[in-house]
Amino acid sequence: MSVEYKQISIDGLWNNNPALVQLLGLCPLLAVSNTLINGLGLGIATTMVLVGSNVSVSLVRHWVPKEIRIPVFVMMIASFVTNTQLLMNAFTYELYLVLGIFIPLIVTNCVIIGRAEAFASKNTIIPSFVDGLTQGIGFSSVLVLLGALREVMGQGTLFDGAHLLLGDWAKVLTIHVYQSEHSFLFAILPPGAFFGLGLLIALKNYIDQKRLQKAQQALTGSAAMDAA
Amino acid sequence: MLVRSIYKNSLVLGAFALLSIGLIALFHTLTKERILAEMEAKLARTLDELIPPSHYNNDVYHDCTLLASQDKTKNIRFYRMRVDNKPYATVFTTTAPDGYSGAIELIIGITAENNIAGVRVIEHNETPGLGDKIELKKSDWMLQFKALSLATVPADQWKVKKDGGRFDSFTGATITPRAVLSAIRRSLEYVEENKDAIFTQPSNCGAINERQ
Repeated sequence: MSVEYKQISIDGLWNNNPALVQLLGLCPLLAVSNTLINGLGLGIATTMVLVGSNVSVSLVRHWVPKEIRIPVFVMMIASFVTNTQLLMNAFTYELYLVLGIFIPLIVTNCVIIGRAEAFASKNTIIPSFVDGLTQGIGFSSVLVLLGALREVMGQGTLFDGAHLLLGDWAKVLTIHVYQSEHSFLFAILPPGAFFGLGLLIALKNYIDQKRLQKAQQALTGSAAMDAA
Repeated sequence: MLVRSIYKNSLVLGAFALLSIGLIALFHTLTKERILAEMEAKLARTLDELIPPSHYNNDVYHDCTLLASQDKTKNIRFYRMRVDNKPYATVFTTTAPDGYSGAIELIIGITAENNIAGVRVIEHNETPGLGDKIELKKSDWMLQFKALSLATVPADQWKVKKDGGRFDSFTGATITPRAVLSAIRRSLEYVEENKDAIFTQPSNCGAINERQ
């Protein structure tokens, strides 16, 4: 992997994470992150659309006149979302029923048109593919993390409903972390999603700050050594 | 110049529209059969859960009739199970409009002797942790209705204990069970009143040919 792809990947996963930094696509992010599996399902669907739209936007970028690029991109994205919806309807029917209206809503997810416009329309196919994939994985991992957080706190389980995504054998994956008559409702309800996301963003910023401090210390440390 | 660029842009836009639609058409054709099969399998699972397939011997997926709901606002599918062409049971969806947050969609099976074969929730928006005990996944509250009828539990007893009825409510949620109980009672009354129509009307909505 060359330096360029490495940088694109690091941007997508961490530095320019769509959910934690760009804060794009929050509507589905907050609505569907009530369990880990729901988050994973929407994450995979979004990643599929993102990769597909990035690659095809990059493919046609020379043929699309500047004036009509947005309608063309929107049309292509709509086509990819509809196809993803058809595929999920056919192959993960139960999950399709759970995620319901959020799949068509991927069309309005600003991450996708955002990456098409900001990256894919200016770059060649392979970087666009890597960008779509890593931005998608970055978005999905936040969805999964937030889903896991809310599921554990609100419901006391992990991987509940895994069979919706992976087939019947996956029922054994469900982990009961704790059992209680009254679960922590707040985490499952919409406000819990906002708080959870806020905490995740804070955590990311904290880690970044720590790393920056360490880097600076190392820098001043080596400078001091040089001086000595 | 301007006319030429408009001309060119509309052609490009049109070409992309055709391409997008072509792709969707392709995927639609590829997945159509499988989606239909999944929908039928889902229906079969629900029907089998309420009434075991060994109890009847007709082709229930193609024996279904549309009847107006109690409030006459929409038509409901009644799937009919028969044993040697004699009515055995019917399965249909019903709505409890008065849930805590909106309507609760139920599917209910009632035998020709007016006994409940089973009730399940299809869709609801009740509060997680409180009202969602109507889901089988969360609690077995829904299982207690099996084999009950208006003969064993009179109409005025289809209430929660708090309202002078026969059934337990959940801790912290009375409105949800209240809505479900009255929907079940109305369904029992509906089947008793309309049994002839339900079982004798010609089949006119067999299998799945449209989305519900």
